[in-house]
Amino acid sequence: MDLKDLYQEIILDHGKNPRNLGKFDNYNKDAKGNNPLCGDNVHVYLRLNENKKVEDIAFEGHGCAISMASASIMTDMVRGKEEKEVKEIVSDFLGMIKEKDSLETNILKDDEKTKLMSLSGVKQYPMRVKCATLSWHTLTSALDNSDQIVKTEE
Amino acid sequence: MKIDDIKREFPIFDDKIQNNDLVYLDSANSSQKPRVVVDRIYDFYTKEFSNVGRSVHYLAVAATNLYEQTRVSVQKYINAKDKDEIVFTKGATEAINLVANTFGQKYLSEGDEVLLTELEHHSNYVPWHFLRKAKNIKIEFAEINDDGEVTLEAIEKKITKKTKIISVSHLSNVTGAILPIKEIVQLAHSKNIPVLIDGCQGAPHLKLDMQEIDCDFYAISGHKMYGPTGIGVLYAKKKWLEDLPPYQGGGGMINEVKKEGITYGELPNKYEAGTMATAQVIAFNESIKFMEKIGIQNIEKHEKELLDYGLEKLRKNNSVNIIGNPKEKGGVISFTIEDVHPHDIATILDEDGVAIRAGHHCCQILHDKLNLPATARASFGVYNTKDDIDKLDEAINKCKKIFNL
Repeated sequence: MDLKDLYQEIILDHGKNPRNLGKFDNYNKDAKGNNPLCGDNVHVYLRLNENKKVEDIAFEGHGCAISMASASIMTDMVRGKEEKEVKEIVSDFLGMIKEKDSLETNILKDDEKTKLMSLSGVKQYPMRVKCATLSWHTLTSALDNSDQIVKTEE
Repeated sequence: MKIDDIKREFPIFDDKIQNNDLVYLDSANSSQKPRVVVDRIYDFYTKEFSNVGRSVHYLAVAATNLYEQTRVSVQKYINAKDKDEIVFTKGATEAINLVANTFGQKYLSEGDEVLLTELEHHSNYVPWHFLRKAKNIKIEFAEINDDGEVTLEAIEKKITKKTKIISVSHLSNVTGAILPIKEIVQLAHSKNIPVLIDGCQGAPHLKLDMQEIDCDFYAISGHKMYGPTGIGVLYAKKKWLEDLPPYQGGGGMINEVKKEGITYGELPNKYEAGTMATAQVIAFNESIKFMEKIGIQNIEKHEKELLDYGLEKLRKNNSVNIIGNPKEKGGVISFTIEDVHPHDIATILDEDGVAIRAGHHCCQILHDKLNLPATARASFGVYNTKDDIDKLDEAINKCKKIFNL
């Protein structure tokens, strides 16, 4: 495992200039997540319309390049998708980070999958897996209207 | 003192770690172990093992003697007046919990104040927080100044008529500030307030003299002193150990047990309930001897040289920001790199075998005050060399390159 595989250009780019960073007014779902050991935290806001489609999504927070890039890529990827599809993407992504070699969902286009796979480097760094998954767990929590703050500590 | 010779005493440096020579800069977290300590544990288990303080057979008596020898070694090492003032615990955390629990039980009630500082490790805050919940006491924090120090004046400012105990760190594990503990004790005693010193970072690096410092309690962590995990020491003045109630109940700490009631054992057994970490206590004696052999003055001098060299080197490195600038400072350098999160720093440094810590170092109060979610930290031990610091500096440069700084 080369360090370059973890800190790829795309991660550095999204980490440094996260897309969808901030908060918008008419969100109707949100959730917080934090990673006390690292000091990473994230707040995901989204608007689910009457057709259960993610009309808009954004996040606030701070953390390492991996966690920022992951939240940035995630928000880009799920905008415009239906809730059911979002959940499938989340589960596919978490499965890939934990054990699988590739992404299996048909919802994502190949270039989108390539983008997400850029985060697969964290598999080699067990302590950093939670950095990559924090925003994804938080997104699930927002969709499920959970009041619990997501914690990545086990 | 030849550092190369000392380094050879530590088996961890014999082999490559992930194809790199290990540059271990995480001793404030836990130190590596010299061969004598590791061998002692093996020898005890393979040739001498028995439980202590109970049976009368040969092995039991021999093990008890070995166990008690460590107590005497610690007493001498920290110049305590009496060997009964040395209580073995599972670590410094348990030592502080022991004091908070027993002192709190007997002497603290609603509205009383415990004075800590903003520098404290969670282990010197959470045990007092339990009392805040259980007894409605108040916790005050002496403030740090811009250099990351806590001055005597900052302590004095927070002392009130309700202050019942002061509990402060000897040496900050983040800024490296060495607190004026002798002066703090003098001031507190002039107001009849006892003082606990969290000596986790003090004991491995500074000369200790309990009679000179005159503190009431001093907590020591064994695994940061080149000793095994699972062993710590509470030094407490005899008057306190006699006066305070026992901490945990069980075998070994009792005198007479009847259905109607129980009397407790003499010191130090009163505070050592159950089977203790026998092998670790016995091996800890080797850590003390190891440090004595090098000499604490030599350790202090060596680590000061490393600190000065490290500070000079990192200050010259653009975009590295060093946290705190205490006048009296131990071998700890916490830092940030502009725009790079400490966890990214730690992962990138690790790739070259440079082991540092990143995070809040169990000091969230301090990081909140500094307005930083996390910092990176390099901390030194006897085995470190200037070459280690050069490698740290090179790895930081690599990190900057990856992040285009």
